[in-house]
Amino acid sequence: MTKNEILAKMSEAIVAGDRAAAATLAGEAVRSGLDLLEVIEQGYVPGIQKVGELWEQGEYFLPELITSAEAMKEAMAVLKPELNRRNIGTRMSGRVVIGTVEGDIHDIGKNLVASMLQAGGFEVFDLGADVKLERFIEKAEAVGAGMICLSALLTTTMTNQGRLIGLLRDKGLRDKYKVLVGGAPASHKWAEEIGADGFAENAVAAVKLAKSLAGRP
Amino acid sequence: MIETKRPKLEMLHGALVERIVDEGLTLLERHGVMVENVEALRLLGDAGAAIDIGSQRARLGRKLVEECLASTPSSVTLYDRSGGRSYAVGGDEVHFDPGSAAVTLLDHDTRTERKASTADLIDFFKLVETLEHFHFQSTGLIAFDVPAAVADCYRLYVGLCLSEKPFVTGTFRVEAFRPMKDLLAAVRGGEGGLRSKPLAIFDACPSPPLKWSNLTAQSLVDAARAGIPSELISMGMTGATSPVTIAGTLVQHVAENLCGLAICQVARRGAPVIFGGSPSSFDMRKGTTPMGAIETMMIDAAYAQIGKFLKLPTHAYMALSDAKVNDPQAGFETALGAALGALAGVNVISGPGMLDFESAQSFEKLAIDDGICAMVYRLLEGIAQRNDPIALDTFEGFTPGMSFLSHPHTRQWYRKEHIPAGLVDRDPYEAWVTAGRTSIVDKAHADVVRRLGTYAAPPLAGAIRKDLDGIMAAYARASGAGTLGLPEL
Repeated sequence: MTKNEILAKMSEAIVAGDRAAAATLAGEAVRSGLDLLEVIEQGYVPGIQKVGELWEQGEYFLPELITSAEAMKEAMAVLKPELNRRNIGTRMSGRVVIGTVEGDIHDIGKNLVASMLQAGGFEVFDLGADVKLERFIEKAEAVGAGMICLSALLTTTMTNQGRLIGLLRDKGLRDKYKVLVGGAPASHKWAEEIGADGFAENAVAAVKLAKSLAGRP
Repeated sequence: MIETKRPKLEMLHGALVERIVDEGLTLLERHGVMVENVEALRLLGDAGAAIDIGSQRARLGRKLVEECLASTPSSVTLYDRSGGRSYAVGGDEVHFDPGSAAVTLLDHDTRTERKASTADLIDFFKLVETLEHFHFQSTGLIAFDVPAAVADCYRLYVGLCLSEKPFVTGTFRVEAFRPMKDLLAAVRGGEGGLRSKPLAIFDACPSPPLKWSNLTAQSLVDAARAGIPSELISMGMTGATSPVTIAGTLVQHVAENLCGLAICQVARRGAPVIFGGSPSSFDMRKGTTPMGAIETMMIDAAYAQIGKFLKLPTHAYMALSDAKVNDPQAGFETALGAALGALAGVNVISGPGMLDFESAQSFEKLAIDDGICAMVYRLLEGIAQRNDPIALDTFEGFTPGMSFLSHPHTRQWYRKEHIPAGLVDRDPYEAWVTAGRTSIVDKAHADVVRRLGTYAAPPLAGAIRKDLDGIMAAYARASGAGTLGLPEL
């Protein structure tokens, strides 16, 4: 197989959501000493980009989105230790802290966004659901994140998205983080109202928004 | 794997089916049916019916009717224009086609009914061609800008130029049968080809109670000889033109339809016939004939069961509404009829797009109804055992927080188990508000505009098109409609 064929296979594995193939190809790339940055950027990333396009065209639905994101995760899990060992820094899009706000246990949408952000090159710290607001800030401070993503599925808990922004202000940290909000009751108008940096209506849109706010193509 | 059950509705007790058929046969024998057509009367008489020429009444004995039933095929196969795709009309197959021969079109912008023009008729055929859950076209609109003398033939001509799908149509005048048959035969390269691959169904309606008019009886005779399936559209109105009880109306329905069937069989043994109808409950205050009434749907489902008992293909006018605009009534009457008709196994269900007692068509409603039909087809597929074990293995490695979204089983089956939402709203509230609080009617309108914009005419051989043009032009001249300007299609 030529290098281009291998890269194409990697992309195909992501588009097909084939976790095993994605991981196997990554393992082969490590063993045969391929340029791992090239493998990521020319092999796997075009695959996840294609998945985003298929979603936007209405061809792909949630199951494809999530399995493709997980295939990406599996491949990265194989590549990461080798990148560290070779001391190669990847061109990460940034660090993100994400979670569903306190009082709210819905996490399907949040999980999707977390997976897609990760597949999109972000280093994601997922705090889970029903997360105390202080925890978002503590974690972001601890890991040096640039972005905090807040999910809420209930109109009763979405107000906590606004409260987090107030908390950041009180601590003098508001300008340090981009705050993105999402979830069924949220909207662009809501994001504006509470002074968030952005709103996305689905996981694909969230990755686009996060990339544009992080200044990444 | 356990076989998938097809969900099914049976309205009548088996004993009641037999009783209704028995009374219908007795009615045919004792009272008979008026047949205002000399040739049909002669053919029935030759076959053994008792004919009273003076009163134009034919009394059909049981033996004759039973022979006719025995020679009628239990299934008909229609073929599309290219002849490549076939549609079995029989068993529990279900095919939807738009409600036929509307005299008005509901205008989306003004929310009023207006006369339909040739341009509307063209758009109608184009739109229906793109709506995948309607297997058949119908000559669904009557264009006001076409001389009445050629209106029936003209609808079929325009439709055949624009669409691949088989047609449900019919004649308005006796003279129109010939050119309409010629149009169909031209597509097939001759009458033999049309006989072996039927392209259209011709509707023929008796006049209740117990009468076949000259026009409709002639259509039965002509269609039988040409091998064109006739759809028998008995249409009693409970308490007005048929007995007020549902079972009583069914007795008349059986008698009228079986007389029609006999006319077809005596014209040519083995002629394809569909046991159909458009009966209705009669509104005792307004004097109207509601197609969306639950009793109408009960009559339909019941005579379909009787048709199956008689081993005949079936048809009904269901999946339509009496509402005047696309309001909740339009939706629920249509959906209820579509579901009940399909569950009853009605083979041809005519109605989508229709409003206002079968008199108006709506493009937006066609788009919405296509989605209803999609849901109904999903319903008919039933619930299958896809795997063995059914699901036990998907719980392997179970953890409390596990999500099935990323399970391979989900990706493998969700598209087969679940259909997309289509025009139906499933947005979260805020997203719906942000998107402009759009109603399904507005979305349907946008969908219609998009479909008409992307419609591509299915290829038709130049020689066939020339034949169609020639037949239409000649009929227009012969009918005194002069040189009919044929539209740019």
